[in-house]
Amino acid sequence: MTGMNNAMNPGSGSAQKESGRADQKQSQLQRIADGEWFPPVVDPAINKETAAVSIKNFNLWYGSTQALFDVSMDVPREKVTALIGPSGCGKSTLLRSVNRLNDLIDSVRVKGEMNLYGDSIYARGVDVIELRKRMGMVAQKPNPFPMSIYENVIYPLRIDGIRDRRILDEVCEKSLRGAALWEESKDRLHQSALGLSGGQQQRLCVARAIASEPEILLMDEPCSALDPIATGKIEDLIDQLRGEYTILIVTHNMQQAARVSDYTAFMYLGQMVEYGATPALFKKPRLKETEDYISGRFG
Amino acid sequence: MNTEQKTNRKKSARSWRRQSGGTSIASLGQPMVWLAGGMLALSLVMIIALLLLVVVRGMGTFWPGDIVSFTTVTGETVAGEITRSSSFKPRPELVDNLPEHEQAKARQMLAGNDGISERVLVRTGNYELDNNHFTWVNDFTVADTDYPQWLVVMERLTWGRFYGVPREFHVDGNLVAEGPSATWEQFEQHHRQVRQRWQQRRQLESHDVGKINHAQEQARLELRSAELALQEARNQFGARSDQYRQAQLELDQAESLFAGKDEELNRRYDEIRARIAELNRENDRYQITLETANGQLKVMGLSEVVRAYPANQLNLLDRIGIYLDRWCEFLLDDPREANSEGGVFPAIFGTVVMTLIMVVFVVPFGVLAALYLREYAKAGPLVSIIRIAVNNLAGVPSIVYGVFGLGFFCYLMGGTIDQLFFSEKLPNPTFGTGGILWASLTLALLSLPVVIVATEEALAAVPGSMREGSYASGASKWQTIQRIVLPRAMPGIMTGMILAMARGAGEVAPLMLVGAVKLAPELPVDGIAPFFHLERSFMHLGFHIYDLGFQSQNSEAAIPMVFSTTLLLILIITMLNIGAIWLRNRLRRKFIVSAF
Ligand SMILES: Nc1ncnc2c1ncn2[C@@H]1O[C@H](COP(=O)(O)OP(=O)(O)OP(=O)(O)O)[C@@H](O)[C@H]1O
Ligand SMILES: [Mg+2]
Repeated sequence: MTGMNNAMNPGSGSAQKESGRADQKQSQLQRIADGEWFPPVVDPAINKETAAVSIKNFNLWYGSTQALFDVSMDVPREKVTALIGPSGCGKSTLLRSVNRLNDLIDSVRVKGEMNLYGDSIYARGVDVIELRKRMGMVAQKPNPFPMSIYENVIYPLRIDGIRDRRILDEVCEKSLRGAALWEESKDRLHQSALGLSGGQQQRLCVARAIASEPEILLMDEPCSALDPIATGKIEDLIDQLRGEYTILIVTHNMQQAARVSDYTAFMYLGQMVEYGATPALFKKPRLKETEDYISGRFG
Repeated sequence: MNTEQKTNRKKSARSWRRQSGGTSIASLGQPMVWLAGGMLALSLVMIIALLLLVVVRGMGTFWPGDIVSFTTVTGETVAGEITRSSSFKPRPELVDNLPEHEQAKARQMLAGNDGISERVLVRTGNYELDNNHFTWVNDFTVADTDYPQWLVVMERLTWGRFYGVPREFHVDGNLVAEGPSATWEQFEQHHRQVRQRWQQRRQLESHDVGKINHAQEQARLELRSAELALQEARNQFGARSDQYRQAQLELDQAESLFAGKDEELNRRYDEIRARIAELNRENDRYQITLETANGQLKVMGLSEVVRAYPANQLNLLDRIGIYLDRWCEFLLDDPREANSEGGVFPAIFGTVVMTLIMVVFVVPFGVLAALYLREYAKAGPLVSIIRIAVNNLAGVPSIVYGVFGLGFFCYLMGGTIDQLFFSEKLPNPTFGTGGILWASLTLALLSLPVVIVATEEALAAVPGSMREGSYASGASKWQTIQRIVLPRAMPGIMTGMILAMARGAGEVAPLMLVGAVKLAPELPVDGIAPFFHLERSFMHLGFHIYDLGFQSQNSEAAIPMVFSTTLLLILIITMLNIGAIWLRNRLRRKFIVSAF
C-alpha cells in the first residue's frame, strides 16, 4: 500500500478494500498523478450532437505550472453539460477559458484550440469583448454590482448603449422571471442589489447572465453558497433553460449533476478523464475510476 | 498509527504548557491593554486640552467686560478693561520709587505675600492721547478701585478703543446736551443713523467707485492694445504700409471712443463723489465730547464710532447682545486697524474658495493618476518607483511646494499667460504674480499624493469578482472602470479628498509665497464680470493668524483675535470635512453589502 493512496483514502474499510483492488493494476488516476497522460474516454453519443463549443487539445499554464493538459471536449448545443472532478482539477479554469476570463490574469498562457460555433476563440485578432457578449457567466460566489437590481440585470444592455426604456423594462422583467426572482424583487427593482440575500443575489447574477440572451451559459458552482431551497430554485431554473440555452455547469454535487445535466465530464488533475451522457455515466461508467469518484469512494 | 506514542506526546505538550503557562508577560496580555489604552488616553487628553484652550480663549475675546478705574498711590487714574493678570516678584526699585509714606504699606503688603505681587494688564485705549494701548497695574500701587457708572467704551475705526465719560453733545457745533446721561441719550439717538450713512458711503466707495474704476481701466486697456497694434504694424510692415494706416485708423477710433467713455465715466464718478461728500457732511454734524479718566477732553465725530456701550451699566442680556454683535462683525465684516479689529470675512471667503478650487483640481488629477497606476500600468519596477516617489512627495516640506509654485506657476506659467493675453497691462503682472489660482494649484500639488494613495487603495479594494462579472458581461476595460470600479471605490476616493482638504486648508507656509496677503482689497469672486477673478491675491485665515500673531503693532490686542481666528479656522475646516463626510456617507449607503 503506497503512502499516497493512503492519504487519499481515509474512508471506511469497504472503500479501502475497493481501492485496494483498483491498485492491483495501478489506478489510471494514480498514473495521472504521476504525470502520465491518457486520452479521455468519450461516449460516442456526444458526437451525434451539434457542438456549441468545441475544445481541442487545450493546454493552460499559470506561470510555469500547467493546469490543463490537452483537454478535448465538445459541449453539445442546447444541452446541459456538467463538469465534475475533485477540487483543484481545473474545472473553473476550463470554464473561464471558454469566455477568456483567464486573460485577466497576467501569468496565464494557453495552447490549443477552442471554437464557438466554428468561430475560433483564441485566434489572433479575435474581438474578446464581442466574444464575451455571446456568453453569459454565473460565478461561484454571487457578484452583484453596486447598483440597483434593475441596473444589475440590464447591465449587458447598458454597456451596449441601449437606452430605450421599453426594451430595458421588458428585458429586465423577462430575465428576472427567467431567474425566478421576479416575484421577490418586482417591488424593489430600484433598490440596491447588495440588499438581496445571498441566494437572491445568485439568482440575480443568473438573470444578468441571461439578459442579453447569450448563446452559451457558463455556470461555476452556482449553488455552492446556497441553501437547499435556493439550490432547488436554481436547479429548476436550469431545467427551464434547457433546450433554449447551451449550459456548461461546474458542480461538486453529484446528485445535482445527475439531476440537471444531460452530459457529464469527469476531470482529474487537469485532464479530461471520462465524458458521456449523464444517465449512462452515473449508472454504468466506462471507467472504474469514474465510478469510484461518483460514489464518493475517492476524492 | 502508534496510538500510545500519540497520547504520550499530547500529554507532555499539555504538561509543558501547564508548567510554563502564565509566567511570561507577553502571555498575560493585560499590560499591553493598559499600555495601548493609556497611549490613546494620553493623545485624547492632549487633543482635548488643545481644543479647550482654543475654544475657551477664542470664545472669550468678544465678551464685554466691566471697566475698572484704578487710582494709584501716586494719584494717577488708570481706567480700562482688565485683559489678564499675572504674579511677579517686583524689583526693590519699584517700591523705592513710590512716595515715602506709601512705601511702608507696599512693603508690608509684599511681605504678607512672600514678596510676590499680583499685577493686571489694563486695556486703557486712548492711544492718541497717551501713546499706550495697555498698562500694567501692580496691586501694591493701587490706592482705590472703582467701577464708574458712566465710563463708556468706544470702538472706533482708527486708534483702537476709547474709554471716557460722555460730557457734551454737539449738533452743527451747537451744544444740545450736557452731562453724561443726556449726552449718552443723544448719542444713542443719532449713532445708528450716522452708522447707516457711513455704511452707505462705504458701499458707494467700494462698489460703485470700484465699478467705474474697472470700466475706466478696461477702456484704457483697449486704447493701449490699439497702440500696441499700431506699434506692431509699424515694426512688421513699415510706416507706409496699408496695415499701418489701418491700425492708425483703429487707434484714432479707439481714442475718440476712449475720450467719450472717459468723459462719461468721469461724470459718473463726480456724481458719486458728490453723494459721498453729502453723506460725510451730514455725518460730520454730530459730535460727542468725552472726558478720559485723567480729565482730558476728546471731541469725536459720531461716524468714527463703530460701537459704544456704558460697560458698567450693562445687564447680562445687553452683554450677550454685544457679544453676538461682535461675533457677527467678526464673521461678516472686513478687518480694520491692521487686522487687529473688525472682521475676517475676506479671510473666511478666501480660505473656503481656495480649498474648493484646490479640491476641484486635485481630485480629478489624483484619481486619474491612480487609475493609470492601478488599472492600466503593468506592474513592474517602473510603477513601483513611481509609487514610492509619489509617497515620498507627501513628505516634502510644504514651503518647498511654495517655492515651486512661485517659480513655476507664478513666474513661468503666469508670466507666459500675461505675455500672451494681458500684454496691454504689462509691466503690471496679472497672472504673473501670486494669486488664488496659483495658491490652489500649489496646494493641489501638495495634497496630490494623499489623493493618489487613497484612490489606489480604494481601487485595490474593489473585489476582483465584480470586475470579472463586468468583463464576463462583455464590458470593455473603461466601461468596467467607469460603471463598476469607480462607483464602488467612490467612498474611498472621497476619504482621500477629505484628507487632502484637511491637509490643504490648514497649510500656510507655501501660501505666503503664492498669493496670500495681509489685506486684499477685493474678493476673488464678486459681481463684476467675469465674476471669478482667480488672478487676485486673497486673504487666508491661516495666514491671518500668522499675521496677527507676529506682525501686529498692537500685539496685546491681537492675541485674543489670534485665538478667535484659530477657533474659526478649526471650525471651518471641520465644517468642510463634515460636508465631505456627509457626501461620502450618502454614497456609501448605496453600497452597503448585505451579509449572508
Ligand atoms: N490565478 C491562479 N494562479 C495560479 N494558479 C492557479 C490560479 N487559479 C487556479 N490555479 C491553479 O490551477 C489549478 C486548477 O484550479 P481551478 O480553480 O480551475 O480548480 P477547480 O477545479 O475549479 O477547483 P474547485 O472545485 O476547488 O473550484 C489549481 O491547482 C489551482 O491551484
Ligand atoms: Mg472552481
